[in-house]
Amino acid sequence: METKNIMIVGVGGQGTLLASKLLGYVLLKQGYDVKVSEVHGMSQRGGSVVTYVRYGDKVYSPVIDRGEADMILAFEQLEAARWLPYLKKGGRIIVNTQRMEPMPVITEAAVYPEDLVGKMRAAGAEVDAGDFLEIATKAGSAKAVNIALMGRLSVYFPDIPGEVWQEAIEANVPPKFLDLNRIAFENGSKMS
Amino acid sequence: MKELMLGNKAVARGLYEAGCSFISSYPGTPSTEITEEAAKYDEIYCEWAPNEKVALEAAHGATLGGVRASCAMKHVGLNVAADPLFTISYQGLNAGLVICVADDPGMHSSQNEQDSRHYAFAAKVPMLEPSDSEEALLYTKRAYEISEQFNTPVFIKLCTRVSHSQSVVSKGERTVPAQVPYKKDPTKVMMTLNSRNAHVRVEQRTRDLIEFAETDPINRVIRGSKTAEGIESDIFYLQNKKIGVITSSTSYQYAKEVWGENVDILKLGMVYPLPEKLILDFAASVDHVIVLEELDPIIENHCKALGIKVTGKELFPICGEFSSNTIRECVKATVPEFTVLDDDIPGRPPVMCAGCPHRGIFYVLKKLKCMVYGDIGCYTLGAVAPLNAMDLNVCMGASCSGLHGFNKAMGEVGEKNSVGVIGDSTFVHSGITGITDISYNMSNSTVIILDNSITGMTGHQQNPTTGKNLRGEPAGKVDLEALCRALGYNRVTVIDPYDMAETERVIKEELQAEEPSIIISRRPCVMIKGTVHKPPIKPDKDKCVGCKMCMQIGCPAISVRDGKVEIDTTLCIGCNVCTQMCKFGALCGEES
Repeated sequence: METKNIMIVGVGGQGTLLASKLLGYVLLKQGYDVKVSEVHGMSQRGGSVVTYVRYGDKVYSPVIDRGEADMILAFEQLEAARWLPYLKKGGRIIVNTQRMEPMPVITEAAVYPEDLVGKMRAAGAEVDAGDFLEIATKAGSAKAVNIALMGRLSVYFPDIPGEVWQEAIEANVPPKFLDLNRIAFENGSKMS
Repeated sequence: MKELMLGNKAVARGLYEAGCSFISSYPGTPSTEITEEAAKYDEIYCEWAPNEKVALEAAHGATLGGVRASCAMKHVGLNVAADPLFTISYQGLNAGLVICVADDPGMHSSQNEQDSRHYAFAAKVPMLEPSDSEEALLYTKRAYEISEQFNTPVFIKLCTRVSHSQSVVSKGERTVPAQVPYKKDPTKVMMTLNSRNAHVRVEQRTRDLIEFAETDPINRVIRGSKTAEGIESDIFYLQNKKIGVITSSTSYQYAKEVWGENVDILKLGMVYPLPEKLILDFAASVDHVIVLEELDPIIENHCKALGIKVTGKELFPICGEFSSNTIRECVKATVPEFTVLDDDIPGRPPVMCAGCPHRGIFYVLKKLKCMVYGDIGCYTLGAVAPLNAMDLNVCMGASCSGLHGFNKAMGEVGEKNSVGVIGDSTFVHSGITGITDISYNMSNSTVIILDNSITGMTGHQQNPTTGKNLRGEPAGKVDLEALCRALGYNRVTVIDPYDMAETERVIKEELQAEEPSIIISRRPCVMIKGTVHKPPIKPDKDKCVGCKMCMQIGCPAISVRDGKVEIDTTLCIGCNVCTQMCKFGALCGEES
């Protein structure tokens, strides 16, 4: 199988690393060769963060370049727009509609663009947008937004059985938060 | 069992399986997790040393004691460890020593983009360069065999994309070699005749290692087929030549990504010393040679010295990190199409966390229009808008010694208007000698130690000022006040940076003082587990006049919407710094 590319983008502190860990776990279980590339350190302090997940028969480069991503999972609207150039023509982008204003916007040195979801659709991207923060909050914790988004992502992997995702959550989430994360995953997948 | 593993964790696994029993390191992105992951194995003694020089010396000492040892650092850490490195290379070992060094092409989290391979050449220490996690594990084990076979320390050289990428590895078992007894050996004293003899030995060792590099499978040729479908029509392919690529590390992965089966590849797992015959034979087997390496043209220059015509840095950039598209663009191959929105997308630079104890200090320094000599750590973010309160930084500790030189040159004008700022961990790493220069040579300099009780930027490691060791167990504790007094400071003042008025008063007073001063700004990092947070600030919108004074401190929890202040209660920890900014009493915490 040709190598497939998924990017997970968001703001430092939103839990993108855990999401990539889960996805890597699931894909490895499916027997794929997998590479996951992260950035640690400075940019984690509220900066723009990106994780690359690649899988297939044999994966070489750990990173994804502009125009190569089959799918982008965006934890925040502005980050979705920032990383849009990495999406393949006609690729799919799952967007959490949460808005987090970066410092240049807070200090009014820059403007947060309006209707980014509409603009991404107009640009030809397959956009699947929703308020995953609300789903997570209703499930019991705003921090479960990463798991709610993973739930949505799972919809686009019809061949991967639900148990594998559940197993990945169990292996990576502390037991006392398991229940709320299961609900977040479930409701994230159902969101339409 | 196959497992997805971070490159750094794979190195740690390699250290474990190789029977390494001692690790001393100083944290530094992207190398930190090597030591953190190794510390999860009870069988390995692991510690954070005050700096990389100490770490390497300690690790070398452990090998004299007869056990396999290691230390890990980032590229700039190797500058600090360079002094012992060169002589350890001469002196040799009693058991294997592996030095892990992680470069940061693209400078994701570093102040420069130096290429550590130069140190291997300069210190004549062999260097292995894995290209993924599996190799990271295997090469680490191999490094101990080479270290003991040739009586030399061995580098494992990583980069951000190997250290911080997960790929599939197969784990093995741990085997611990028997501890080698210590025996006094007069030739170990590195002076005059001993050193001269040692140098001769090192040169012979390098010749032996070149022989090893010629045939060892760590360097391997991977022949392409040049019949694959979907061939990229790049400039070399159009010339219809048989291309050979000499490469290593992640550049190998990009080469496979871009050219696939269309080229022959010589993948170098050992980048110092470089083989000669192997490279000459490979070059003779193809029509044209491309050298693909990130940063400096080290393999390229070696090829050129061998008289081989190669394409290298005249085509591929020296600056920055490679990617598949960078290489495609360089060879004029097709690059995938992509979409960009018309809107300007505002940047999202990293910021100090809400409640960060450094924020108040930098606001005061900005207000006082101080020249601020910065240092390396989270507080480097004091340079970012809207605080813009840092003039410059260089390396660990330069805030103290650099300030001293600045003030000697500037005289009173400098002394009364400048400060150095340095974190607790950085201070112990390299600031102590700098403040000694100040007190000994008497510049009336003011140094602020930003003591947040942790090594913050690299992900919260303990250090000698925290009273805990790497595993979080009770440990010795440096008393900063007593230390500074012992180094000749009469004026040592401790402040709470959440108290803005007192902070301002003390900084003003110490700037005016006619002798050197130390200000210790003490507040634990808000991200440390167990730090007590107060309830978030509740803005009183009736009192808010929309003056935006509170925005001056650059707190990510504060914004102004429709002319009124808003607080993000998921971020705010009630530090009350903004409360002190508001003259109208609109930002009150619980106590007010």
